[in-house]
Amino acid sequence: MHRKALVIHKRDNVAVAVSAIHAGETVIVEREKGEEVVLKDDIAFGHKFALVDLEPGETVVKYGEIIGQASKKIRRGEHVHVHNMESRRGRGDWEKP
Amino acid sequence: MTFKGYRRKDGSVGVRNYVAVIPTVGCVNEAAWRISREVDGCAPFLHHQGCCQLSPDIAQIQRVLVGLGNNPNVGAVLLVSLGCETICAEEVKNLISPKKQVALVRLQELGGLTSTVAEGVQEARNLVSEIRQDRVAADMRGLTVGVKCGASDATSGIAANPATGAAVDMLVDQGATVIFGETTEVLGAEHILANRAIDKAVGTRLIEKVQQMEGRVKAFGVDMRGGQPTPGNIRGGITTIEEKSLGAIVKGGNRPIKGVLEYGESPTSPGLYFMDSPGREMEFLTGVVSGGSQIILFTTGIGAPQGFPLVPVIKITGNLKTYQRLEEHMDVDVSNIIEGTESVEDAGNRILDSILEKASGKPVKAEIAGYDASGINTNIYATGPVI
Repeated sequence: MHRKALVIHKRDNVAVAVSAIHAGETVIVEREKGEEVVLKDDIAFGHKFALVDLEPGETVVKYGEIIGQASKKIRRGEHVHVHNMESRRGRGDWEKP
Repeated sequence: MTFKGYRRKDGSVGVRNYVAVIPTVGCVNEAAWRISREVDGCAPFLHHQGCCQLSPDIAQIQRVLVGLGNNPNVGAVLLVSLGCETICAEEVKNLISPKKQVALVRLQELGGLTSTVAEGVQEARNLVSEIRQDRVAADMRGLTVGVKCGASDATSGIAANPATGAAVDMLVDQGATVIFGETTEVLGAEHILANRAIDKAVGTRLIEKVQQMEGRVKAFGVDMRGGQPTPGNIRGGITTIEEKSLGAIVKGGNRPIKGVLEYGESPTSPGLYFMDSPGREMEFLTGVVSGGSQIILFTTGIGAPQGFPLVPVIKITGNLKTYQRLEEHMDVDVSNIIEGTESVEDAGNRILDSILEKASGKPVKAEIAGYDASGINTNIYATGPVI
């Protein structure tokens, strides 16, 4: 079967869509073992969705490494992108003047 | 493993055989471009630097002008000077290998554009006939390969970059030299690269270069998002610079990092090197070509079209739609990795085959399209102000 999503590293808490997925669809992802995730949003090719619930400030992990943090509460199956997560690097806007 | 190239008097081997027409200052791009357009066998390298800049930048620009002249793909050099620029054209001429012929024309002395072009065309024709030679077999120790990713999307980190990384490992194992870089695109992944440094000093230097780059970004008091990752990266699914970096560094393979090069600096022995450099194509490609790269591996997700005037640039994508839509610009399709029907190793082998074929004379898509034969898509990186 054509695979719809990839988990790159077993420590990851997000998966990458490798084809467009619609809200309400159930996809199977391989982490420690196969698991089902019900998508809460439409996910475009190459975009990420959460495998766990995340609180604001909690780290988002892909490639087994931290790629940023949740800027809002994120629920399992939701699209994870610029609307609900942010970078921790190159943040000149966080520097005190 | 061998390729067929042009053996130079200094022992290096070119995979192309050009007379490089290089202005020492952006003011005479017009003259350099007109000269190169008139003479077959010339390749112009145009830029917007060389004057009204501070000494660290001037030193860097001089290093790059010399490095470009010394690139093995360059058989001879025609420098085009204005006459009043900060860069000293004679110094550039003298610093290029004495085993390479270098001619110099100067617009303010020759009486203007028309006479400079006429004189330059004459010089360029002489140089083109001087460098005519046949290709001979050369081993991989004679090859330096630059590695770059651009217009990345989420496929870059899972297909094109890992496949390129596999090819990089094979190149290094064969005794070739490989240069990667893009310091901005190491933010968030520097600890991984530092652990691969050949010794502690190299690792520390790499971390310092990343801190300096991040410091320059933070000095502007804004979030770098939009600059890095770019709007195109974000549309392609990349959310943060950390995510972009973690996907980007895998194109450098897994071998130890032997040294950290200044922008435009040449390695002195084979192996894998990191060059302190920006991610933008125009400046990055110039840096690795100045560092001696005769060929460039360039991975892309959304589809970066450009080549480089002096070297073949091999475009590799893991995005099947991009490969199909932009076939005019794409050389290698590795999207089967995402489908799970080809291993990263096998795709890496195909990239290596492509390198040997292109190094031996087969044109890349950018050369067929003439993108960038006019030399106008290039620049030299400077970190200070234009004054």
